[in-house]
Amino acid sequence: MLERIRKAHALMDVACEAMGREINIMEVCGTHTVSIFRNGIRSTIPENVKLLSGPGCPVCVTDQGYIDIVIDLAQRDDCIIATYGDMMRVPGKNGSLETSHRENVKVVMSSEDALEFARKNPDKTVVFVAVGFETTTPATVVAVEQAKKEGLKNFVIFSGHKLVVPAMEALLSGMNNKIDAFLCPGHVSIMIGSQAYRPIVEKFKKPCVVAGFEPMQLIEGIAEICRQLIECRADVTCLYDAVVKPEGNLTAQKLVAKYMEPTDGYWRGLGKIAAGTLALKAEYAEFDAMKRFGIEEIPAEELGGCRCGEILCGLISPPECGLFDKKCTPDTPVGPCMVSSEGACSAWYKYGRRQRR
Amino acid sequence: MCLAVPARIIALTGDKAVADAMGNHWNIRTTLTPEVKLGDIVLIHAGFAIAQVDEEEAKNTWQLFAEIAELEEQEKHKDSPL
Repeated sequence: MLERIRKAHALMDVACEAMGREINIMEVCGTHTVSIFRNGIRSTIPENVKLLSGPGCPVCVTDQGYIDIVIDLAQRDDCIIATYGDMMRVPGKNGSLETSHRENVKVVMSSEDALEFARKNPDKTVVFVAVGFETTTPATVVAVEQAKKEGLKNFVIFSGHKLVVPAMEALLSGMNNKIDAFLCPGHVSIMIGSQAYRPIVEKFKKPCVVAGFEPMQLIEGIAEICRQLIECRADVTCLYDAVVKPEGNLTAQKLVAKYMEPTDGYWRGLGKIAAGTLALKAEYAEFDAMKRFGIEEIPAEELGGCRCGEILCGLISPPECGLFDKKCTPDTPVGPCMVSSEGACSAWYKYGRRQRR
Repeated sequence: MCLAVPARIIALTGDKAVADAMGNHWNIRTTLTPEVKLGDIVLIHAGFAIAQVDEEEAKNTWQLFAEIAELEEQEKHKDSPL
């Protein structure tokens, strides 16, 4: 193992020398962000290799407008809000789902739990807060399919599902981007397959390396990126091939494609991303919360003073935000990057203060 | 949020399964991995098996989770006078 680490570090050193400047690698996976901190990886790599925490946490990129609509729906007595626990503390304009203290807000572990609320409460409409990346979307779609099969009329989803690759493309198209390569997410890649990153490699000539979550995978992932940069090439490389196939999970992809389609939607900090959000297809409108409640569009709103947006784009690191560790802490989060334990700000707060740089 | 935990399928009827992860039992669905069989190890995310994993990969992850749990336990007691 030591030999592998030595080899990886040697590659990083050569890359720094060859590039003669900072190398900026963006990870697009909240679990990577946390694992990098937990294992102290930042402190072991050369100073010129910078790891940027990108939009890898679906809670963090869920825009304020979406959260406000969920909080509004929670005020209705004829609704039950079924949500993954991660969303409870995300602040909206006036508080969060948690501070709304509404008894009709229920935390679920899976979409199946949400369906169960619908079966047991036929006089209420159950709104499933459908957030998450490609890893999580299939679970929502299976629930819609099941509701259709059972003829459940009181189950709808409010889709905030997001697609990772369009966001990566939007980041690279940004004027200020300084990204040299991506460390691609592990579990998203199980679903979409490592070949899903091919357009990024071809169009933008940026290395895309899929890694798992163990420290060795992360270190070797960074080293593989360095190797490609030294050799002036950009490829898709998968180090997590124990579970990630080039084509991904085809069963899940087919299911999602049957029920949902990409649409333009807001991401916190990144703005409107073309084809970056998933919506239910028109023929399944009866399961769409937006249609059921006549919600025309999700408005774009931002939290004043919060710089989560710039952090997600890799333009600044959390300590550069004036609110960080002052007004904004995990106990009193202002922005979603502090709310979610996988958010860049929360990880910096918890682990980074000892190893900040 | 995209966390996934490896677990062994210890009961399977149609696409409904019970999976064991480090002694914890979960009711899960195998809808997304129709090829899995009883005894297989799968990665579970939000109540669904999303991929099959081999024994070694699963053991590595279980070990990692155990270490994290231990560290968090230590962290919790760090400031405690007890």
